Amino acid sequence: MIPGQFDYVRPNDLGEALRILAEREGEAKVLSGGYSLIPLLKLRLAQPGLLVDIGRVGGLDGIVETDDELRIGARATHRQIHENEIIARYPLLHDASGGIGDPQVRNWGTIGGSAAHADPASDWPAVLQAARATIVCRSATGERLIAAKDFFVDTFQTSIEPTEVLTEIRFRRRARGQGGAYVKLERKVGDYATVGVAGIAILEGNSIRWAGLGITGVSEIPYVAEEAEAILVGNAPSDDLFRRAGEAAAAQARPVADVRGPVEYKRAMVTELTVRALRSAVERGFAYA
Amino acid sequence: MTKQHITVTVNGEAREADVEPRLLLVHLLRETFGLTGTHVGCDTSHCGACTVHIDGRSAKSCTLLAVQADGAEVTTIEGLSSGADLHPLQQAFWDQHGLQCGFCTPGMIMQSAWLLEQNPEPSEGEIREGISGNLCRCTGYVNIVKAIQQAAGTLSAAESAPVVAAETTEGVA
Repeated sequence: MIPGQFDYVRPNDLGEALRILAEREGEAKVLSGGYSLIPLLKLRLAQPGLLVDIGRVGGLDGIVETDDELRIGARATHRQIHENEIIARYPLLHDASGGIGDPQVRNWGTIGGSAAHADPASDWPAVLQAARATIVCRSATGERLIAAKDFFVDTFQTSIEPTEVLTEIRFRRRARGQGGAYVKLERKVGDYATVGVAGIAILEGNSIRWAGLGITGVSEIPYVAEEAEAILVGNAPSDDLFRRAGEAAAAQARPVADVRGPVEYKRAMVTELTVRALRSAVERGFAYA
Repeated sequence: MTKQHITVTVNGEAREADVEPRLLLVHLLRETFGLTGTHVGCDTSHCGACTVHIDGRSAKSCTLLAVQADGAEVTTIEGLSSGADLHPLQQAFWDQHGLQCGFCTPGMIMQSAWLLEQNPEPSEGEIREGISGNLCRCTGYVNIVKAIQQAAGTLSAAESAPVVAAETTEGVA
């Protein structure tokens, strides 16, 4: 498969990239690692007039903690994230980054690229939804902070403007009693997730003070399982509670029957994977009390 | 669309080409540079037959543009060993029958080489995880895993071999 024709530039700094995006508004697409965009170009599902490769733009792959946030540069690869010592204390991010695609994909694919691609079955969007992450987008005229729920609009659609580059993703710093987990069902390594569940629980004493659940693979775009979260909050963790939350998360799903299974199966897997993600998140939360 | 002039160091040798931006790296290697050891298998980023190293990172060269490799160092299966001696991984795939049809082998060996650079003494599980982006439809992977284990042993033995041994063999012809 050969992509359609396009022009290509590889600016050395972000300012130059933003200037080009402003000049060629609407024609250009940003290339990061390429492991999501190049397959789309090959299938000719994307046919931009210009690719702006930010692969050599420095300063976009840092992973730092501030007083209240964890900030991950958009160009950080899945592998950099997985092997980072700060991320070792963020079990949800550590789980998710280690299971994306395969080793070669993790060598090249980036968190910003995955988020901007907004595949309905990809892993990072579910994580960003669960964690209520903030997505930072820069343009030649300024910076916008976008909440994950406003960022993911529809299948392959985000609220990034054509003149913007996604530069950073921000998470709240891990709280005491907070645990997280990412659990995914896939037919084989590198396949799209049949279902993936990102779960966070913040424990206080023996009860769940805050819960975050992001679900991928069973909707137009990975979603926040709000009703399931409400069921969890204020209650003591138990398998019975997790199952009721799982059933609520499944009720919110809009799965489509395909080679990965019928609708009923996918719903059942949302329930089961939610239970597993919560079990693990709570266990990790207690261990970090 | 304008062609772009790129310089890529392939297996230690600087090579230049004028390419369309849409040219995939695997096609640059195979068709422009004539290095047909790198195979096109699935062409959809799944099978890993096209695996090469770019600045020391393993990559599926069907999922990279040639222009992305401008200024980079690329190593292909042809550059793994120098001269007539096989690289320990090539020798091990031979010894352990780590291939049948051989189509996946260049990518499998390049990914294994990257894996052993990252982790010189991988467990069987780490080997299986390390080559999980490379598909083989013949062997069932058993002999591939054995071959990587053999090569890991050979490479770490070479690494830890005392320098004295090399010196004493000099002039003993």
